Amino acid sequence: MNLKRRYLRDRLMQLLVYLGTLVVLVPLFFILYYVFVQGIGALNWEFFTRPPAPPGEEGGGMLPAIVGSLIVDTLALLFAAVFGIAAGILLAEYPDHPLNPVLRLVADVMAGLPAILMGLVAFVLVVQPMGHFSGLSGSVALALIMVPIIIRTTEGVLKLIPWEITEAGLALGLPRWRVILSLVLPAARGGIVTGLMLALARGAGEAAPLIFTAFGNPFLTFNPLEPMDTLPLKLYVYAISPYEDWHRQAWGAALLLAAAIMVTNYLARRAMRS
Amino acid sequence: MPNWLYQRLGDRLFAAVIVLFSLGVVAAAAAIVAVLYFGGREAFATFGFFGFVLGRVWDAVRGQFGAWPPLLGTLITSAAALLLAFFPALSAALFVVEFSSGRLREAVAYLIDLLAALPSVVYGLWGIFVLVPLVRDYVEMPLFTWAAAHAPALLPILGPPTGIGLLSATLVLALMIVPYASALARDALALVPQSQREAMYALGATRWEVIRRVVIPYARAGIFSGVVLALARALGETMAVTMLIGNSVNLPYTLFGPASTMASLIANEFTEAEDDLHLSALIAVGFVLLLIALVTNLIATWMLRRMSHGEGRR
Amino acid sequence: MVRSAFLAFLLLASLGFAGRVQLNGAGATFPYPLYAKYFSVYYKLTGVRVNYQSIGSGGGVRQLFAQTIHFGASDAPLSDEKMAEFEKKFKTPVVHVPTALGAVAVIYNLPGVKEPLKLSGPLLAEIFLGQVRMWNDPKIQAENPGLRLAPLPITVVHRSDGSGTTYIFTEYLSKVSPAWRERVGFGKSVAWPTGLGGKGNEGVAGLVRQTPGAIGYAELIYALQNKIPYAAIKNRAGKYVLPSLESVKAAAAIEDFPKDTRVSLTDTPAPDGYPISSLTWILVHQDLGKNRAYKNRAQAEAMAKLLWWIIHDGQEYNEPLHYARLPEVAVKVTEENLRALRYNGEPLLR
Repeated sequence: MNLKRRYLRDRLMQLLVYLGTLVVLVPLFFILYYVFVQGIGALNWEFFTRPPAPPGEEGGGMLPAIVGSLIVDTLALLFAAVFGIAAGILLAEYPDHPLNPVLRLVADVMAGLPAILMGLVAFVLVVQPMGHFSGLSGSVALALIMVPIIIRTTEGVLKLIPWEITEAGLALGLPRWRVILSLVLPAARGGIVTGLMLALARGAGEAAPLIFTAFGNPFLTFNPLEPMDTLPLKLYVYAISPYEDWHRQAWGAALLLAAAIMVTNYLARRAMRS
Repeated sequence: MPNWLYQRLGDRLFAAVIVLFSLGVVAAAAAIVAVLYFGGREAFATFGFFGFVLGRVWDAVRGQFGAWPPLLGTLITSAAALLLAFFPALSAALFVVEFSSGRLREAVAYLIDLLAALPSVVYGLWGIFVLVPLVRDYVEMPLFTWAAAHAPALLPILGPPTGIGLLSATLVLALMIVPYASALARDALALVPQSQREAMYALGATRWEVIRRVVIPYARAGIFSGVVLALARALGETMAVTMLIGNSVNLPYTLFGPASTMASLIANEFTEAEDDLHLSALIAVGFVLLLIALVTNLIATWMLRRMSHGEGRR
Repeated sequence: MVRSAFLAFLLLASLGFAGRVQLNGAGATFPYPLYAKYFSVYYKLTGVRVNYQSIGSGGGVRQLFAQTIHFGASDAPLSDEKMAEFEKKFKTPVVHVPTALGAVAVIYNLPGVKEPLKLSGPLLAEIFLGQVRMWNDPKIQAENPGLRLAPLPITVVHRSDGSGTTYIFTEYLSKVSPAWRERVGFGKSVAWPTGLGGKGNEGVAGLVRQTPGAIGYAELIYALQNKIPYAAIKNRAGKYVLPSLESVKAAAAIEDFPKDTRVSLTDTPAPDGYPISSLTWILVHQDLGKNRAYKNRAQAEAMAKLLWWIIHDGQEYNEPLHYARLPEVAVKVTEENLRALRYNGEPLLR
């Protein structure tokens, strides 16, 4: 009797878990399908190689925004990774450090702020002293958004690495720093990469913080000290415009963004596995 | 290199570098707080701190700014979204770690992460064109007509069944925060040592019992981290919510009717605010959001500490 | 490998500093498509790069004050206080340069109604105040004797984000309805007594299109592009006028066009004019040298020449994009204002 009940419960919970997963996956497919259908028509050669064209003209593309996204997002992730992983290490590996309570508080509070406010901060800290807009200031704004995610995931995963690993390293006579760098971090790298990818996804999709920082630019530039365009900025401007062609391109940008992030995610995980 | 140098200096240097970068993070946060505080000061001075936070009127024309309606909206949408998202997020994490393997496992994990990769605007657009008509036609309208016929007293609580409003915004928000909770939960669950599971199985437990009694408790802290991150995301989410919530600062809110949140209010009015007081009020709303994030974090830390007592590596 | 990549990066980055003129401007979203066209054409003509971003009129004004941009753009003229503040800060006044005219259309979703709806200003205000709630209200029926209106509830849709469009619309309502003026007033963001807020013109158009019984307002071009029906509004002369290029241009045919071009065209006295029309302006410092964004005279000259081009040759691009051209009187007045532009005291245009 008891066994049967337990067995039934096991089955029931399994069903609920499957259902719960479906509840998440079904809307996702809906959205993906929708984005794909709307956007695939826009992803042609011009989209990737030409600058934007005014309404009514054929053959506009998103080259400056694509390049801009690559540069701004990569710089942002670099900034955020350096600071975020370091802070995560401090929190997890040096738990008695006096900075920790402040650091943890700070990270979680930053995570809850709307992105547009990070843009404001980057405006005050970077744009105003420089006197003009720049891709760099956009990277700073995005980094501010990415850092808390990276801190939390890095700390979370480092804490779960069994103490035995650290113990073993120390027993071999390795100094603390070597143990962390060569043993603990590699063991945690899957989780750290998860954090980086989550952060990248978050930052790469933001438009609001870039309005007053990267600003946007219809002309192609590789110089982060100049105003730069990004895919989400273009997406947003085009989506709220009245033109069908621009709407199509907006969906194309959305599709490209999602695809690019997923590809990066996949490649990063593959690299970590080896 | 001499051994003592390798050991001691290496440790000192490493620790110093780590601390330096961490200080950078703290400095950045201090900068954020400073910018928000000084930006919002005029509004707080004009209305008083509690006058501002509890003020019910937001009127840019008359220069009257009270943050209570958007505050309420943020609290309602975030809490509701978290409640809605928690079980599916945990289920998805469990599915990936415990109920699947190989290709299926990888695929589902990627798909969940993909939810985080979609820009907020995309959720908003999909919400408007796909979700809102569905919600209006299959949920709100039927409920509304039923209530009109059988329980008219409920009508003021339900509100206008247009599809745009609290309900749709909360649903999309819940979907958006799932990957944050799920990814962290998944990592936590995955790091539970197999030996723990095997021990329970050896005792004759069913799979669910193993999950419930060993895996989840062990991974509790990580799951909780995911929940906190998801909540943080919900508090700050702007674009999708703005496009779906109807943006009304008129209280009382109704279940189906329009509402507003702090993040969407800021996003809506920030670029157009010319008046210094208006801008200051918007930044002050940002400051209030900061305080809320602070309070929820403190509560979460307290809860986490209670959970981790007696556990962990040391 | 890494080193050569880095050097290549530096080289490319330095190309950014090669001597080309780039001007940055920001502001109103309403003229964004038009300016995109202007600046694309101008680049092909002269090689001058103009980067315009539609961050909103308020944002444009603030960035101009912050001297991070070379010119701003706004759908609403600066108030007297703002102008005084500007002059005090920069020791030079701001110059309003009108570029085009647009109309705010009242869009609606009434299934089965084929003819355009007719609405007067006061009735429109009552609808947006939430006082008239059903489409078959006798007041609406009285103005539309030829239409059969269903007992459908009215869903008001307005803008959630601050915008010049809202400014123009609420300014009009304030002029024709004392009740509106009392209760709500006008501005880029107002406290709407009722209704749903959509984000951007597109958001409002989308909501109206999806919701039977909805009424909202958006720039004419959104109504046209989305094929949403829009209403004929009764103007001051008593005629019901549909928004169109002609009726908008007619709205600007007023006497006493002010020297600084800061005129409100809503509730225009012009007999054939559409009553919810407006100019849109570019804003610059009169002495461009006082704006830190200008690094040299070449930039200032380029700006002055650009503005001159916009009000003359550029106007031919307005109508194909459904913006009305500037009336002659506006062009004449603006020529004067442009001739007054300086760079550190030296005139820029002959």
